[in-house]
Amino acid sequence: MLAELGLNSVDVLFDHIPEYCRLQRPLSIPTGRSEAEIIAWFQQAARDNAPGFTSFLGAGAYQHFRPTHLDQLISRGEWFTAYTPYQPEISQGTLQAIFEFQTMICQLTGQEVANAGMYDGSTALLEACMMAARVTGRSGIVVARSVHPQYREVLSTLTKPREFPIAEAGFTPDGRLDLAALKAAVTAETAAVAVQSPNFFGTIEDWEAAAAIAHAQGALLVAVIAEPVSLGLLPAPAAADIVAMELQGFGIPVGFGGPYAGIIASREKFLRSLPGRLVGEARDSDGKRGFVLTLSTREQHIRREKATSNICTNQALCALMASIFMATYGRQGLRELAQQNLSKAAYLASACQKAGLEVLFPAPRFHEFVVRLRRPLAEIEARLHQEKIIPGLSLQRYYPELGNALLVCATETIPRAGLDRLAALLSEV
Amino acid sequence: MAEINDNLSRPAGTRASRHLVQNEDLLFEVSSPGKRGYQLPDLDVPEAPLAAARADIPDFPELSELEVVRHFTRLSTWNYGVDTGIYPLGSCTMKYNARVNEHVTRIEGLGDGHPLQPESLSRGALRIMRLLSDYLLEITGMDAITLQPAAGAQGELTGILLVRSALAARGDRRRKVLIPDSAHGTNPATAAIAGYQVENLKSNPDGTVDMSSLDRQMTGDVAALMLTNPNTLGIFEEDIHRIADLVHERGGMLYMDGANMNALVGRARPGDFGVDVMHLNLHKTFSTPHGGGGPGAGPVAVKRELEPFLPIPVLTQKATLDYDRPQSIGRVRAFYGNFGMFTRALAYIMANGSDGLKQTTEDAVLNANYIRKKLEGHYTLPFATPSMHEVVFSDAQQAQHGVHTGDIAKRLIDYGFHPYTVSFPLVVRGALMIEPTESANRQEMDEFIAALRAIAEEARTQPELVTGAPYTTKIRRLDEVAAARQPVLRWKPKS
Amino acid sequence: MEYPSNFRYTTEHEWVAASGATAKIGISDFAQQQLGDIVFVELPAVGTVLTAGQSLGTVESVKAVSEVFAPVSGKVKAINDALVKSPELLNQDPHGKAWMVEVELTDPAQAAKLMDAAAYTKFVAEAEAH
Repeated sequence: MLAELGLNSVDVLFDHIPEYCRLQRPLSIPTGRSEAEIIAWFQQAARDNAPGFTSFLGAGAYQHFRPTHLDQLISRGEWFTAYTPYQPEISQGTLQAIFEFQTMICQLTGQEVANAGMYDGSTALLEACMMAARVTGRSGIVVARSVHPQYREVLSTLTKPREFPIAEAGFTPDGRLDLAALKAAVTAETAAVAVQSPNFFGTIEDWEAAAAIAHAQGALLVAVIAEPVSLGLLPAPAAADIVAMELQGFGIPVGFGGPYAGIIASREKFLRSLPGRLVGEARDSDGKRGFVLTLSTREQHIRREKATSNICTNQALCALMASIFMATYGRQGLRELAQQNLSKAAYLASACQKAGLEVLFPAPRFHEFVVRLRRPLAEIEARLHQEKIIPGLSLQRYYPELGNALLVCATETIPRAGLDRLAALLSEV
Repeated sequence: MAEINDNLSRPAGTRASRHLVQNEDLLFEVSSPGKRGYQLPDLDVPEAPLAAARADIPDFPELSELEVVRHFTRLSTWNYGVDTGIYPLGSCTMKYNARVNEHVTRIEGLGDGHPLQPESLSRGALRIMRLLSDYLLEITGMDAITLQPAAGAQGELTGILLVRSALAARGDRRRKVLIPDSAHGTNPATAAIAGYQVENLKSNPDGTVDMSSLDRQMTGDVAALMLTNPNTLGIFEEDIHRIADLVHERGGMLYMDGANMNALVGRARPGDFGVDVMHLNLHKTFSTPHGGGGPGAGPVAVKRELEPFLPIPVLTQKATLDYDRPQSIGRVRAFYGNFGMFTRALAYIMANGSDGLKQTTEDAVLNANYIRKKLEGHYTLPFATPSMHEVVFSDAQQAQHGVHTGDIAKRLIDYGFHPYTVSFPLVVRGALMIEPTESANRQEMDEFIAALRAIAEEARTQPELVTGAPYTTKIRRLDEVAAARQPVLRWKPKS
Repeated sequence: MEYPSNFRYTTEHEWVAASGATAKIGISDFAQQQLGDIVFVELPAVGTVLTAGQSLGTVESVKAVSEVFAPVSGKVKAINDALVKSPELLNQDPHGKAWMVEVELTDPAQAAKLMDAAAYTKFVAEAEAH
């Protein structure tokens, strides 16, 4: 090929890079390693984490069983080595899958339109609030303190440059949003009221009550959902104006926090303000049904600095995992799965109480709850780790006012014996 | 297009061939009541009641496991991926996604690790993040890095917020960001979201930054110049040092969009040519799969001055997490970012090593120049400036016959190839942006070149053959106008 | 297409048809041809006060968005709902059924300062030559 180009060295192709820009030495990175060596290296790294532990961690990243065909399907090269379906004639698989995804999200959330995906739940919350600001022409955001603390941090970081005022509404002793505090915080300047359910403590909020407070001031209700599995059993957030949801619970690996996928769903009348990709139905020149990326004029590659968001991707492969998961569990299965999660957590909470531990927040909950430890987690953690148990998340960093509180999650993956064991150990230490 | 015979519409002797392609209706249309594709273990605790449970999820799919498998397998056969063939989508770096990267990501203890498990039980994961960070710093020549941003566009936003904070710390508040007209759309969108006014910077006739415009526009009110280098025309900004000096003299910062790092790895380092802050696209340069449109990952590397502002938690040199960073801009994403992309990118770097990474760059640049040489004359080269890892042609010659870049792209599909990037960058009218990457071999490129030459000939002699393409696909061109006028964005049951 | 002689035109290809103290505003045939198939039209709310030269709304094709600038100042009295429902009217009848807004003119003499049909026809011919 060099000869075809009339060159004697590949270096010539880099000659136009000014000399001072050129790296004059090899990169200080070991030379290429074999596949076997690479696998061995990562296996060692994996052993230095917590393989084989029973974990009661949730807090926005949930362990659910992933049906085996899910990974097999997404490992087809036509799925994971393709890119954005810019050429619909050779991307109908991705496009139809996204159309189905948008439909299932609408069915689950009771909303009229859903986009093709956002990065995750935390950034979906941000995008939802910015969308509410566009729709209402206001900038105030009121966020429940029981929204995932890291979601709130992201919201704060990314709205700072545009100086969106953010107010917080606290929670009541029963673990739910303090509606009176919310009412006091929402004003005629409020664009978005963001409420999570099940909230960070696992308790279930009342969408209608929050919506009424938001709507009374002309604000939009942003429903935050960090655990999509809950929608198998919990009422759809149909009263909300925008839904910002994390999809990890739908078959996306917990994987140290990512990649995940989020979504925005909303009402049809706000369609033009929606961020992110959308797939729509179309007909080809022979009249056959197909699917295309549509309403792209909202997006950055066309509207540039006036776009609804700077997002360019839609976490398509993670959204596909969620689609396969939803299709696999389906109408009955999602309900049954949600019921199992709810039941496991209820059993564990009750076992903890029986063991003499204080369980906070008596309001109805999904699969997480808060238990107060007798001593700080740091003092008893080592003992639990010896037993290969990660008991949950200490809330010290996020809610110091709750004392030695531990957020515990029990999903369908933990058998009864595991639940009993945790309750017993927590009461011992 | 009835007059076009089958032989012409299905070009002989090319990649394209006939193959069984099955139709498959929507999930909701193949669903039937009562079917199930799952089996949960029996519930071993008492079933807990929930007073306010939802009644049902109306019209949600009901399929058997095999039906689910067939559905998503059939759909997949309608796609084209890197595994299918050359994928010369300019600016996207569609290189091979090695399977070992997938394998290591799924190892027990990594794929199922929880982001909030104690640091003492996350040593391996943190070590992966540290090693990847170190390698990326060595590759870019920068001083510090965050892996947290979820994608390139989020990396841009993070980077611009870092600039904002660093300038504020100098007591300097500025209102504008300068962006060349050849930039990706994410750049202006990002600057706007970060609260800046966007000012366009015109390219000069070489396709690079126009120094006199820069001199005029780089005022005391400009926080940063967002530059892609090599730029979206595949051209290295030869004046990069003067550009950087000018921006710095006027108190601004140089942001580099690292989308095109595949042209530089092992050959040149942004940290050595004046860049203050940049993002990398792990899904481009570092081979993490594009997944049909994500997930990606957009680490941001910075010079020392910007380090105090990096998002929390910051990964320390000892691979621990530091939350005590008073000047930090805060968090940009929950948890630590797209960890699954870190394992893949690290495996890629390990497999290539210093020697392989450099060779990858050389092969990518050589391939683009080979295609340029072989297509020059058949298509118009708007800029004579040397190309790096991608080459941009225009459809000027074909447009005289009513054939445009979008038509040529559709016709390429009939020849069995994924098209190049169409109509981008915007500074070239009718752009064909071709990036073969190092993964294309010579035989494949020769076939691709032959196809594009044949299409250039068709455009002259039978333009309607090209404007009516594609003929060989499952569906023909879709009516995007009707789809946008009356959007149907979800399936609904027939009432 | 003929440019109506009773309209006035801008260099941004908007037209204004004044009738006493009110005027209808739209975009020219040349503009719709340049934009291609229009799929969406965004218009201001009734009651909005427009200043000449400022954006009054947007017109979208599948892959482009264009702003429409107010040729004259005035208060929006009515918007063309039929156009919002059927954006294709802009391609079919840009000088007639596809009017965009009707305004109460701030200064009824303002429109007379814009190009007349003859001047605009010449302007378009020059634009096409480039």
